[in-house]
This record gives sequence, C-alpha cells and structure tokens, in this order.
Amino acid sequence: MLEKAFVGGRKYWILIACLLGLIGLGFIMWLWQFRVGLGITGMSRDVSWGFYIGQFTYLVGVAAAGVMVVLPYYLHHYKAFGRITILAEFMAIGAVTMCLLFILVDLGNPVRMINVLLHPTPRSVLFWDMIVLNGYLFLNIFIGWNVLMGERKGSPPPKWIKPFIYLSIPWAISIHTVTAYLYAGLPGRGFWLTAIMAPRFLSSAFCAGPALLLLLCLIVRKTTKFDPGKEQIRTLGSIITYALILNVFFFVCELFTVFYSQIPGHMHHFHYLFFGHEGHANQLVPLMWLAFACMTAAIILLVPPVTRKNEGILTVACVLVLIGTWIDKGFGLVVGGFVPNPLERITEYWPTTPEVLITLGVWATGFLVISLLYKVATSVKVEVGA
Amino acid sequence: MGVNRRKFLKIAGVSTLGVAAKPAADALAIEWLDKKLGGFTVPETLYHLFHKPEGFTPGEALIAKRWAMVVNMKQMDEEIAQACIDACHRVHNVPEIDNPKHEIKWMWHDDYEHVFPGQQHEHIDENSKKLPFLVMCNHCYNPPCCRVCPTKATFKRKSDGIVMMDMHRCIGCRFCMAACPFGARSFNWIIPWPRAEEGGLVRGFEGKEPPTPEYPTRVKGVVEKCNFCAERLAKGKIPACVEACQELCKKKGKEPALVFGDLEDPDSEVRQVLRSNYTIRRKPELGSNPNVYYIV
Repeated sequence: MLEKAFVGGRKYWILIACLLGLIGLGFIMWLWQFRVGLGITGMSRDVSWGFYIGQFTYLVGVAAAGVMVVLPYYLHHYKAFGRITILAEFMAIGAVTMCLLFILVDLGNPVRMINVLLHPTPRSVLFWDMIVLNGYLFLNIFIGWNVLMGERKGSPPPKWIKPFIYLSIPWAISIHTVTAYLYAGLPGRGFWLTAIMAPRFLSSAFCAGPALLLLLCLIVRKTTKFDPGKEQIRTLGSIITYALILNVFFFVCELFTVFYSQIPGHMHHFHYLFFGHEGHANQLVPLMWLAFACMTAAIILLVPPVTRKNEGILTVACVLVLIGTWIDKGFGLVVGGFVPNPLERITEYWPTTPEVLITLGVWATGFLVISLLYKVATSVKVEVGA
Repeated sequence: MGVNRRKFLKIAGVSTLGVAAKPAADALAIEWLDKKLGGFTVPETLYHLFHKPEGFTPGEALIAKRWAMVVNMKQMDEEIAQACIDACHRVHNVPEIDNPKHEIKWMWHDDYEHVFPGQQHEHIDENSKKLPFLVMCNHCYNPPCCRVCPTKATFKRKSDGIVMMDMHRCIGCRFCMAACPFGARSFNWIIPWPRAEEGGLVRGFEGKEPPTPEYPTRVKGVVEKCNFCAERLAKGKIPACVEACQELCKKKGKEPALVFGDLEDPDSEVRQVLRSNYTIRRKPELGSNPNVYYIV
C-alpha cells in the first residue's frame, strides 16, 4: 500500500520537495543547537520552556482531536464519518510525530533520552506523557493501516481491531489530559495551577483539531479525485462551533476566578499577557488580543447556520480558530506561566530565528508524514471507488 | 524510647559483630559507636569499606538526619552576602555568564519583596527594604522538583534530606525548573567551561579555567543548583557559604549570619537559633516545607 505514496503528479512532488527543504534547514539548525546548546533559542533561566513546548502542547490537542471523528462513527454509528476517519487518524499520526520531535529538540541532553526508560518514574507526569503519546501513535498507525487495508480489499475491518478502536477513544482524551497535568500540578505557577486546565486543553483541542482536519479535507477535495463529502464538512463545522464556544466559556470561568478572587499570584500572569508589565506592553500583548479577537470572530461566523453552512465562510472561520488557539496555547500558555517568575521578576521571551527554523522543520516533518499518508489513503479511496 | 530503623540496624549490627554483648546496648555505647563510625551503622560501615565512594571518609563526614539552614538577616549585609555567593560559586565552578538569560546561580540575593512576594507592604521599614536576602535551594522536605523529574536525576537523599542532582542522569527537560516555586534552579544553556576545541563556540570564555579542579564541571544541557555542599559534608567540612560567612562575621564582630545544622537534633545550633528567634520561610503555603529559615 505504501507504494502509492511514491506515485504522484508534479504538484505532489513540489510539495514533498518544499517540505524536505524545510526539514533540511531545520535539521541543520538543530545540529547547531546540539553542538552549542539551547542558548541559541530565546529561552532563559526564567522562561525555561518556550516555543518548542508550546508547539508540543498545541499539537497534542490536534492529535487528540481525531477522536471527534472516530467517536461518532464507532460509538454512534454516524455513517457519514466513515469516509473521513482514516483522514482523522492519519492527521493524528502526523501530529503525534511532531509532538515527540518537539520534546526531542527541547531536551538539553537528547542522547540521554533513554534514561526515561532506564529509570522509569511513575510519580513524574512526563513518564505518563511518554506512555500515552507513544501508545496513541501506535494505536493510530495500527488501526488506520488495518482499516485501510480492509477497505482496499473490499472487506470490513477485521473484528479483532474493534477493541483497539474502542481503546483509542479514551486514550485520545488521556493524551491531552496528561499533557494538561504537566502544568496543572505545579505549586508555584499560579497561571497553570487551575483544575480547569485539562477541560480547557480538551475544548481548545476539539475545535483546533477538527478545524485543521476540515481544511485538510478541503485540500484533499481540491487536489485529489476523492471527495470527503459535504455532510462530513458540515458536521465538522458544528463540532468546531460547540468546542470553540466551550473553550471561550472555560476561559471566562478562569478569568472570573482569577479576577474576582484577586489573588495577586494568579492575576499577575494575565496582566502581563494582556496589558504588559507596569504600562510597558510587551510583544505578546497584541498577539493575545489578536488570539481572542480571532476566536470571537470565529464564533460570530460559526453560530448562525447561514454562515456556518457556507463553505467559504466556514473555511475562514477555521483559519481564525487555528490562529486564535495557536497563539493562546502554543505561545501564551507556556510563556505566560513563566512570567513573572517565582520571585515576581520579569524576563521577556521571544523566539530566535534558529528556534523558529527548527520549529518549522518539525512542522514540515509532521506535514510530510501527513502528506505521504493522505496520498496513500486518497489513492486507496479512489481505487475502490469510494 | 522509640527504636527506629536506623537504630535497629545499628543494634543488630553491633550484636552480630559481638562488639557489644547485649543487644539492648545502652545509649552511651551507641553514642560511642556513633563517634567511632561517624554516625553510620555497622552494616553501612562495612559496605563503605568495600565500596568506598570517592572522597568519602566515614569517620570524618558530617552527618545529620535533616540538614537545615538559618539566614539571620539581623547580621547580614551586602558584603557578607557577596562573600557567601563568591565562596559557593568558586568551590562549585559556577561560571560567570554575562547574559542574564543564560546565567547560572546557586546562591544570590534579592530584596524582601521579591524573596517573600505577597508578604511585602508599602509601609515596610527602610532597613528591611534594603537588606540583601540570601536565597538558594530550600532543600524542601517535600520537594516539587523531585516529584516531577522523569529520571530521578534530582532526588531527596534519604539519609539527610539534601535535594541532590545527578548531573550524569539529567536529560535536560527542565521540568524541575518549572516545578520549583523558588526559582532556585539553573540550566546550562551554553557550554559552561568550554574546552580548548570548543572555545570558539562560546564567546568570552576562551582560556578561562574552572577555579576548583577537584569539583566536576557540568556539561551543557543539564540543570544544576545548590547541593548544601554535600561533597564538603562528606569530608567533614561545613558548607562553603557558611564557612565564608562565619569568617567574615567574626572579623566584623558580628554573630554568624548563616547557621547550619541538623534540624532533628534538639541540641543543634540550628535548633537553638530557631528556639530563640522568630523565623519565617519562603512560600510556606505551598506545602513544600523548606529547610531554609529566615530571621528578619
């Protein structure tokens, strides 16, 4: 089946070449980082996690969102989603690949990575994150590949795959819950120390992930002979709407607790992100407002059925959702938690060029995986006349 | 009198060896043995004889059940604070890095309002506002950093409560830095002491040598912090900062601004100071239970 990834038109190969170019550039930058140290990034003693961990957090959400397609299809027998479950699973594979790579490039000593296995430490949330992420990667490769093989042969997927599919549903929830627990259990960080962190993570995941999937479906429709379907896209639109509203609602819950209680250690971070420090707006302030402007605009576009059912407007709304959630979770969440630091001092963070190039390289790797897998999936779909 | 595991092992060891005929050896005999063995049990001493850790001398080592420090701000001034910091950074080869983002510090000083955020108020006396509060790893009794480490590269030593770092195991994930509520941990963002062939990679470091060859330097990509001078305690020396502080305080005719000792020994200097002064700790509400106390 894999051979289908190596047969394609001019545009396909141009895409692959571009992605490989970005990967190459990112890899060279990473080699430099490997030799000189993480000092080539914008991270510091005070802001000790940055862009890499932000992307990791964001992409765990995208990966988990596959469940939003798998669950209605397998648990509620919503037949329409049968056409796109494979696309959701393959997107999840790409996203988890990026997550693992972002952890790798963030490590100060990547050559010692195996220590996590040599000295397993169940009291560390990172240990569990390693288990759930690798498990989720395995489940999606295993399920996606087998279901697609069955489809190609014109037979229903093998019965023994069902338990794995059912397992993958709570497993998807677990990857994002555990990732939220990385943050939500740290005593000295008021910004992250909130019980609603995991629900917030899940709600933003369940709007961002389907939004990306929807865009990918539109690209697939445009560039291949396989049409993911009108109804499918419309249902994804509804899912995105609900999840996005929940995400903003959870954020408002957070704001209420923080600003009504007025506990300084919790308020400082929000002040810093949305108003800057002592009247000096930092580079993050406009970004954070942009994020919430995007999400609000997306809600306005998505709630009325007339606009939601218009695919053009739906596409715009999806782009807004992706930008908004990305800034909020892939940037603000991590940096905002570290500023001000435990001694209430301010250290600014902004990613450096090498850091951005390494980040782009990892994204390109993920999209290379998604492109190759989507090529296989759509070729099979076209072959069997779906 | 309660018999804990340590004492039980001691007694058991003594009886097996036949050093004392009666297993219920009286307190005096145990004390005598304590002095002879440097506080270690007989089986522990036997173990040390065969597996002698480098630089470790059982008879000389300073031992405690729970090391703690008291910072007496009534005796502290800028000069003393700086002497403590310099001594610490010298004996542990902590590099001086100009870029504050890449800075490594085991010990430093800051204002009251930053060391005790949430406890400051606008009418605080001028003196307290200016005092250089010395800060370092709190060697918490319930350390959040050790809880989050995925490889146990940072751990609380069972015997005396010191929060240690295994620099050879640390993968550099920096989870401990996110978890520490006191900002006590530093990461090696760049090569700290570049060898000749690495010199070109880090500007400004060419030709600099670590000041204390006996203490290992770190590689890039690991986290480090104050270790309560575990390597000095093993040789019977008090922590470098405490030593430097006491010397300078004596010269200045002051009481020592740093006191170090066993929190579980009611007769220790630390306990005496705690008994007779009102002390506070940083962020006690977080439950990490710091072992560094401040007299303000």
